[in-house]
Amino acid sequence: MLELIWLIPLIPLCSSLLLMLTAGRLPRLLIGYLGVGSVGIAALLTLAAGIHFMANPEPFELTLWTWMQVGNFAPGVAFYFDGLTLVMMSVITGVGFLIHLFSTEFMEKDTSYARYFAYLNMFVAAMLILVMADNLLLLYLGWEGVGVCSYLLVGFWFQNSANGQAARKAFIVTRIGDTAMALGLFLLFTELGTLDIQGMVAMANETWQVGDSIPLIACLLLLGGAVGKSAQLPLHTWLPDAMAGPTPVSALIHAATMVTAGVYLIARTHGLFLLAPTAMMVVAIIGIATSLMAAFTALMQSDIKRILAYSTISQIGYMFLALGVGAWTAGIFHLMTHAFFKALLFLGSGAIIHCLHHEHNIFKMGGLRRKMPVTFWSFMIGSAALAALPMTSGFFSKDQILLEAYQLPGMGPWLWLGGLLGALLTAIYSFRLVFVVFFGKANTEPDRDTGWRMAVPLTVLCALSLIGGYFIIPVEAVFPAASGEHPAHWVEYVSISVPLIGLLLAYLIFHSRQLRVDGLVGSRVGQLLRRFWFSGWGIDWLYDRLFVRPYYELSGMLKSEPVDVIYGLIVAINQTLNQWLSEAQTGRMRWYIASMVFGLVVLISLALQISPEVL
Amino acid sequence: MEGLNVPLNHILLVSSLLFAIGMLGLMIRRNIIFILMSLEVMLNSAALAFVAAGAHWGQPDGQVVFMLILTVAAAEVAVGLGLVLQVQKRFKTLDMDHANRMRG
Repeated sequence: MLELIWLIPLIPLCSSLLLMLTAGRLPRLLIGYLGVGSVGIAALLTLAAGIHFMANPEPFELTLWTWMQVGNFAPGVAFYFDGLTLVMMSVITGVGFLIHLFSTEFMEKDTSYARYFAYLNMFVAAMLILVMADNLLLLYLGWEGVGVCSYLLVGFWFQNSANGQAARKAFIVTRIGDTAMALGLFLLFTELGTLDIQGMVAMANETWQVGDSIPLIACLLLLGGAVGKSAQLPLHTWLPDAMAGPTPVSALIHAATMVTAGVYLIARTHGLFLLAPTAMMVVAIIGIATSLMAAFTALMQSDIKRILAYSTISQIGYMFLALGVGAWTAGIFHLMTHAFFKALLFLGSGAIIHCLHHEHNIFKMGGLRRKMPVTFWSFMIGSAALAALPMTSGFFSKDQILLEAYQLPGMGPWLWLGGLLGALLTAIYSFRLVFVVFFGKANTEPDRDTGWRMAVPLTVLCALSLIGGYFIIPVEAVFPAASGEHPAHWVEYVSISVPLIGLLLAYLIFHSRQLRVDGLVGSRVGQLLRRFWFSGWGIDWLYDRLFVRPYYELSGMLKSEPVDVIYGLIVAINQTLNQWLSEAQTGRMRWYIASMVFGLVVLISLALQISPEVL
Repeated sequence: MEGLNVPLNHILLVSSLLFAIGMLGLMIRRNIIFILMSLEVMLNSAALAFVAAGAHWGQPDGQVVFMLILTVAAAEVAVGLGLVLQVQKRFKTLDMDHANRMRG
C-alpha cells in the first residue's frame, strides 16, 4: 500500500494541470468536482496510508527515480514516510479538503473559478512534495513551489494593484529567507556530501561534536529559510499583507499549512539542531519575541483578517519556542491543533466576509450571533482553542509547550513567563474579536447565511478543534523522548488559569464594559503605544525607510545610467576639440602655408635652443 | 680653378633670401600663377644652394641633385599649369581665396 504514496501529490498536480490547460473552459460544476475531488482522493489515500502505517509503524522510503546525476551528487525524486510525514500529510490533505469544499461556495461568483482551483491544487501538490521529500533538494522544490502558489493566490485579484503589491512583498520577503536556506543546503552538501535528510543527519552526528561552528552556521542558515516562510521576526512583515488574497487561501496557506513549513523543516532536521545548542536558543528567542510582538499587534487591529494573521504569527512563535526548547512533539502537536482552529477561524471570517459584502472592519460588524449561528459557534470554539481554554485542542498543545519551556535549564522560567504573557494577550484579543463581532448591536445586516458547503467544513473543523487535543500523533519514533518529568503543580495551575483570566478581562472590557480602559487608552502614552502596536511595532515603517526607499532611490539614480556620464564626457571632449580644429580648416591655401611656415620656424628655433651646436 | 671666387656664405645668403622671397610670395599672393612662380623661386633657391655646396667641396652630387630639382620643377609646372586651367574654368577667377570649398 505504501508503495502508492506517490499518487497522493500526483493527483492534485494532475488536476491542477488539467484545470490550467483547459483554461476555464470546463463547466463550473466539473471544475468544482475536479478541484475538491482530487484533494479528497488525496485525503482518502493519506487516511489509508495512515491506517497502514499505524499497523506497522516503520519509516518507509520510496525512490521513484534519480532526479539528476552530477558527479557524486545524485538527489532522487524520493519520498520518506514516517510519523511526522503522516501528521503533516493528514493536515494538508484533510484540512485542505475542507478548505477546498468551503472555497466552492466562497468563490461561487468569481469569474476565475478554474484558475483559483488550479492554483490551490498546485499548492497542495507542492506542499505534499515538501513534507514527503526524502532529501533537502526535493524539499526545496516543494518549498519554492508553495512560495510561487502563495504569490499567485495572494495576488489572485490582481486587477487591484495593491493586491499585486502584497503578493510581490510576500514573494520577495520569503525569498530572502529562501536564499539563506539555499546557502545552508550548499554548506551542508560541501561538508557532508549528501542532501539525503536521514543520511545527512546520521553523518553530521559522526562528523561533528555538539557545539561545533559548522553545524551552527548550517542551522542558522536553515533557520533563515524557516523564519522567512513561517513569518517570524525579522521576516514576518509579508504575512499581514498576504491577507489580500481570498480568505480560504489565507486559511489554507497562511494559517494551516505553508507558514508551518518552517516548523516542519526544523523538526525534520532536528538532528542537526541538537548539534547546535546556540541555534536552538536563537530559535526559542525568535519564537517568544515574535509571539509577544504579534500578540500586542493583534490586540490593536480592526481588520478581522489582520487580527487572525497576527495571531497566526504569534502561534507559530509558540511552535518555534517549542522547537527551541527541544519540545519537538509539542511543537508538531501545536502545529496540528493550530491548523484545525486557525483554519476554522479563517473560514469563519471568510463566511462573515462573504455574507457581509466583503466587510473587513470588525467595528462595522456586531450582533452577528443570531444571524449566523454556525459561524458564531465556529468562532466561539475556534477562539476558545486559540486562547487555550481548558479541554480544547489548543489547551493541550500550548500547555505542553509552556511546561516543557519551563523545564529548560537556565532561561526556562523566563521563556515560560513570556509564553504566559502571550497566552493572556491571545485570550484577550481572540475574545475581543468574538465580543465585538457577534455581540452588541448589529451595524451591518448579513444578506444571507452560510450554505452547506460552508457549514460542513466549519462543523468538521469545530469538532476537530474540540477533540484534536486527544489525538496522539505518531512521532515518538521520530524525535528523542521528552524528559517525562513534570514541574511543580503550581506551574501547571498558573498555565491553565492565565487564559481564563484573559477571557474574563476581554469580557469585562469589550462586552459588559465594567472595566473602563478609555482613560488608559486616551492618555498620551496610551495613544502612542496604541499607534505603535497598531503599526506592528513600526517594523514595516522601519523596513520601508531602511530598504525599500533606498532601493527605489538607487534604482531611480541608476535609471539615468551614471556610468554613461564618463563615456558621455569623452564624447563631449572629442566634439569640442573637433569643433576647434575644424575652425582651423579654412580651405584657404595661403593660410595653410602660413601656418606651416610658422610651425617650421617654431620647430627650428626650438631645435636650436636645445642643441645650438648644430650651427 | 681660375675665375671669380665667391665665398660660400654669400651664395647661401642669396639662396636663403630667394627662399624667403619665394615663401613670402606664396603667402601673400592670391593669384595662382604668382603662387606657382613663387614656388619656382623657392625650388631654384634650393638648387642654387646645392650647386654652390657641390662646387665648394668639389663634389659632383650637388650638380646631380640640381638636375633632379630641374626635372621636378618641370613636372610641377606641368601639373600646376593644368590646375591653373581647371581653376580658371571652374571658378572663373584665379584668386585662390575663392577656391575654399574644402573648409572645415
